[in-house]
Amino acid sequence: MQRRSHFLEKTLSGITRTLEQSLFAEAISLQPGVFQALDPRLKIIATLALLIGVSMAHNAWVIGAVYLLAVCFALASAIPADFFIRRVWLAVPLFTGLIALPALFMIPGQPLVHLPFGLIVTRPGAQSVLFLLLRVGTSLSLVLLLILTTPWNAVLGALSVLRVPDIFILILGMTFRYIYLLLHIANDMFLSRKSRVIGRMSGAEERHMLAAIGANLLSKSLNMSSEVYLAMVSRGYRGTVVTFKPFRMRRQDWFWSAFFAVTTVVIMYLGR
Amino acid sequence: MSFQKTQTTLKRLGTYYLALFVWLFTSAMHIPDGYLSPVASLIMFLLVLPFWGMGVRKIRQTMNARSVPLISLMAAFSFVIMMFNVPLPGGTTGHAVGAALAAIVLGPEVAAIAVSIALIIQAFFFGDGGILALGANCFNMAVVIPYVSSAVYQAFTKGTEISSTRRPIGAAIGGWLGLTAAAFFTAVEFGLQPLLFTAADGTPLYAPYPLSVSLPAMLVPHMLVASVVEGMMTALVILYLQRSNVQVLEAAGKAGDSSGEVPLQKLRWLWVGLAVLVVASPLGLLAPGTAWGEWSIEELAKLGLQSIPAGLEKLSTLWGAPLAEYGLPALGNANVGYILSALLGIVLVGIMVWLLTLLATGGSGKQKQSV
Repeated sequence: MQRRSHFLEKTLSGITRTLEQSLFAEAISLQPGVFQALDPRLKIIATLALLIGVSMAHNAWVIGAVYLLAVCFALASAIPADFFIRRVWLAVPLFTGLIALPALFMIPGQPLVHLPFGLIVTRPGAQSVLFLLLRVGTSLSLVLLLILTTPWNAVLGALSVLRVPDIFILILGMTFRYIYLLLHIANDMFLSRKSRVIGRMSGAEERHMLAAIGANLLSKSLNMSSEVYLAMVSRGYRGTVVTFKPFRMRRQDWFWSAFFAVTTVVIMYLGR
Repeated sequence: MSFQKTQTTLKRLGTYYLALFVWLFTSAMHIPDGYLSPVASLIMFLLVLPFWGMGVRKIRQTMNARSVPLISLMAAFSFVIMMFNVPLPGGTTGHAVGAALAAIVLGPEVAAIAVSIALIIQAFFFGDGGILALGANCFNMAVVIPYVSSAVYQAFTKGTEISSTRRPIGAAIGGWLGLTAAAFFTAVEFGLQPLLFTAADGTPLYAPYPLSVSLPAMLVPHMLVASVVEGMMTALVILYLQRSNVQVLEAAGKAGDSSGEVPLQKLRWLWVGLAVLVVASPLGLLAPGTAWGEWSIEELAKLGLQSIPAGLEKLSTLWGAPLAEYGLPALGNANVGYILSALLGIVLVGIMVWLLTLLATGGSGKQKQSV
């Protein structure tokens, strides 16, 4: 007998998780907090600077310090600490940890720990795994901090100030909206199929059903794009784009820019 | 063979298959931040840049104002299709990237833009895939897959009817090869990290495996699972479209024919050349000695030149480069200094090219888009 693949349930739960995640992020971004109060332009530049600092650091302590800084900011920004830590350290070891695990034994060097079956953990092996895990975890935490405290339209607005072409930001914004619409449509299609299926489908039937849903979603997207175009034209769209730039740096923003600038320089200096 | 030798061979084999096994279950294409060194990330951005340029150009030529909603919806579509769990024979499931499908329907240039936007949104708003690694992720998934898949599909289906059985077959092979090629590039990017970017004592600081491990560990599982998913999904959707929505495939065929512009072709080779040079430049770290003809006075003496020409001696102090020997003295570690200088150089050249293009085009064409 063929094992059931549960692809329907997996896809449905994946879609739900995505929707849930963005609702959660939106809820947090509306709460009062240190990072929420920052100018989104500053937040994006600061996140990028810290990411570059972390990726250039050759010193594990420095990366660890940046991680602690991120946790402090999460605490000061109404992000539940257990969520912030769990979200990163459950996913990273599962993924990066598993990938990096053999490196403990494979990189030649001075032995550190002797394990049964003659496996030897080497010092450079352990160091390189530590570096990878710390770097991946810290980078992910920094991005999470940005995502959780900044509404997506603020990020898009900030990008337009940072000289990203307006047309590109318009496309990003529209894509972002239509992702939710298409997710809902896909969710409906999967649910309606699931509710009408009795018993088991063969693997081939499952694949054909998935292809039908995918192809329908593609046709719907293409049709919708021409309808959206007509709707835009009828509202006066002529191919030029103007975006709002409603940001103004306040005194505290200048303070924090100085803080992040100094932090980045310190990271780069100590981490070399 | 002695006992000890057998044991080490067995150990090596064991760890190797462990690595393989691990990749099989975690075979994802989205590279997080931390796997690639900053220089490698920057190079990947530079590699992807000309393809973005080509995509934007193509959109301006063929689709005009209609392109904004089309690209948006196709990007949203590729985001959503990446969430589909595809059942494989045998009971496992995998994710498709959907880039091959987008390339067949939209053409590779436009698909590159749509998939890139989906990846940017994943990185910036959902934390999937790194932000510094975006260049690499876009190159692997939004450039390699669409261009390879669509080239294979075009070659396989040239002159065939819309309803031909060659089309889904071409789509399957295209999808499979496209994703396999992407896995190959990802493995090369990983495998170069321990070669080029290590601590002073040789400890890998980023992705730890050399090419000899990363290539088979990445390629074999992808060829068996992820590439199969991509090829199968693409073929099945094309098969379905043949029966239910032929217009989509017809429109795709027309879009493919209207390509071809001579200056762009020339420009492409320029970019390819530049890309090769950029990729090759970190290899300078491996090369011993000094570039031919760039000896300093001390080195000339060491090379056996008995008397230094007086003029040379005088001239050598005339011009001190701001970054002498390409190493930032304040940073101690020579390798870091070298890499930083390279980074700075690339950024400076990039800014200069950007300013020059701005001058050449009169600063137009950035915000405006013809209807």
